[in-house]
Amino acid sequence: MKEIYLDNNATTRVDDAVFEEMCPYLREFYGNPSSMHFFGGQVQKKVDEARDRVAALIGADPSEIIFTACGTESDNTAIRSALEVFPERRHIITTRVEHPAVLTVCRGLTMKGRRVTELGVDGAGRLDLEELKKALDDDTAIVSVMWANNETGVVFPIEEIGAIVKERGALFHTDAVQAVGKIPLNMASSTVDMLSLSGHKLHAPKGIGILYLRKGTPFRPFLVGGHQERSRRAGTENTAAIIALGKACQVAGDWMADENTRVLGMRDRLEKELLTRIPHARINGGAAERLPNTLSIAFEFVEGEAILLLLSEKGICASSGSACTSGSLEPSHVLRAMGVPFTCAHGSIRFSLSRFTTDAEIDAVIRELPPIINRLREISPFGRELL
Amino acid sequence: MWDYTDKVKEHFLNPRNVGSIPDADAVGEVGSLACGDALKLFIKLDETKERIVNATFQTFGCGSAIASSSALTEMIKGKTLDEALAVTNQEIADFLGGLPEEKMHCSVMGQEALELAIVTYRGGPAPTHGHDHLHGEQEGEVVCKCFGLTDGFLRKVIEQNRLHTSEQVTHFTKAGGACGGCIPRIKELIAAVLGEQTAAVPKKQEKLTNLRKMQLIQEVLENEVRPQLWADGGDLELVDIDGPHVQIAFRKACAGCHSSGHTAKFVEQKLRDMVSSDIVVEEVEG
Repeated sequence: MKEIYLDNNATTRVDDAVFEEMCPYLREFYGNPSSMHFFGGQVQKKVDEARDRVAALIGADPSEIIFTACGTESDNTAIRSALEVFPERRHIITTRVEHPAVLTVCRGLTMKGRRVTELGVDGAGRLDLEELKKALDDDTAIVSVMWANNETGVVFPIEEIGAIVKERGALFHTDAVQAVGKIPLNMASSTVDMLSLSGHKLHAPKGIGILYLRKGTPFRPFLVGGHQERSRRAGTENTAAIIALGKACQVAGDWMADENTRVLGMRDRLEKELLTRIPHARINGGAAERLPNTLSIAFEFVEGEAILLLLSEKGICASSGSACTSGSLEPSHVLRAMGVPFTCAHGSIRFSLSRFTTDAEIDAVIRELPPIINRLREISPFGRELL
Repeated sequence: MWDYTDKVKEHFLNPRNVGSIPDADAVGEVGSLACGDALKLFIKLDETKERIVNATFQTFGCGSAIASSSALTEMIKGKTLDEALAVTNQEIADFLGGLPEEKMHCSVMGQEALELAIVTYRGGPAPTHGHDHLHGEQEGEVVCKCFGLTDGFLRKVIEQNRLHTSEQVTHFTKAGGACGGCIPRIKELIAAVLGEQTAAVPKKQEKLTNLRKMQLIQEVLENEVRPQLWADGGDLELVDIDGPHVQIAFRKACAGCHSSGHTAKFVEQKLRDMVSSDIVVEEVEG
């Protein structure tokens, strides 16, 4: 069965051009970029080129790019660094809908005497900037707010938030793992001090990320040891993956317009057709600005894992905000923060598209999903009086 | 992805006995939309009103919840009410070739609905079940507020399935799986049930030399107790052993934790079970 892969917010297929670019650096050109000989030096040149390419995609200076192992490492590094450079500031602000890579770090820090404010969101997943203003004080070391939400695709007004944060002298970090490559970012004119990016969300392999660190931002490394990444991140460079990420960023730049036209069009068509064909369905975050590739849709009276299993039988790969999928017993913290009613939080499905998604694949979902929901509603004891 | 057996998948993809029985003799309904799963079981009896001739279900839930409901209806058809009452959640899981431990609550839900249907049919009081907010007045103290589960229900599941950790209790009943506020109380219940089981079948405890006893206490703390505390971000230190008196000091998250009293009781029960029944655990500042 050929898979219909609509789970690109979880991970993406490595682009062929990216794969071709990295392969020689696993086999022939395996030198260590730190070595003095020509064999390592040629790898160093390629790593520099990758750094330039990443910087170009997000409008940064190459010296501001630190290669890490993943988005989670970048998030951890940014938050812990801010607390170390501002030891007298004991307050962190984040949001209730962050990825666990941020939220778990912050919650862990409350055990170590830090104060953490988690900003709430409204029913469409939007922040209230007045709440941020009230929470900010001279004790705030760092504000960490994601650029776009992985589950709903809701985009936060990062520059507005950054302007507020800067007034109080705190550092501003954003987890932009889901935003990079899908919407244009420009660090040159941004209020962001630190930004996390993950390779495998934009058609590079797993195991590579970056932390963008604005010039002049005080910083303490998370990993110490050798002098790699100008002593900001020790450890021999993952050269092949770095080179892959560079290529992936270059390609992402080329496809950005497609993402915001063709991919957006497919997402909107999927959304409209599913709402037309399936009663008692609603879009999570539908009223907010969203990423062009993400659709989080809730079906009342049915449970998400059961939907995913039946979709999977048809070769369709999606994900769910339901409890049963993850092994936790509550629906996703994002949907709960949005106040999505329990009647549909358990039945929420996320489709996330990519530039590899085709119209035929969207047609297949539009064809296969309505009977699946019907079938599960026939088994369910709820909602039969409404259907 | 869950590692479901072929039989679970098969019963999920082709569930048997879906639907309602309009003139059912007995109906048992447990769970809710908020809980994330719910099961309504319908039972039709023969003329003698003793034997089950038909059983159907309606289920809201994940793949294993639907498969467990399907299995349950297949298992009880043809059984007398007494035979059906004897069906355990483990038997439902076994019928399906096993369930992932995190999904055992699906089999418990099946057994719950079955028991509720039969007991209420016979005019008895509704059993102290989980999900009691659906069934009005029920006996027992609500332990898990998130899922509305009572102590009587939890004790029963702990006893029947010989559960030893709060994690297992969560997998089997969901209790403690949301806010986690009741986990200390669940640990107390486990300790109480285990205590009763030990009392019922007195363990033959060898007479220990003081040195051996001290060794054993240290082993149990290292291998059994501390790993569990670490899982919750806590820790303890052994301060002194004086005859049966074991002095411990809590560290990390356990230090100053409002439920450290429960934790001390849990440690005491472990040591009593595994070392010597006369052990008294005392918490000291240290």
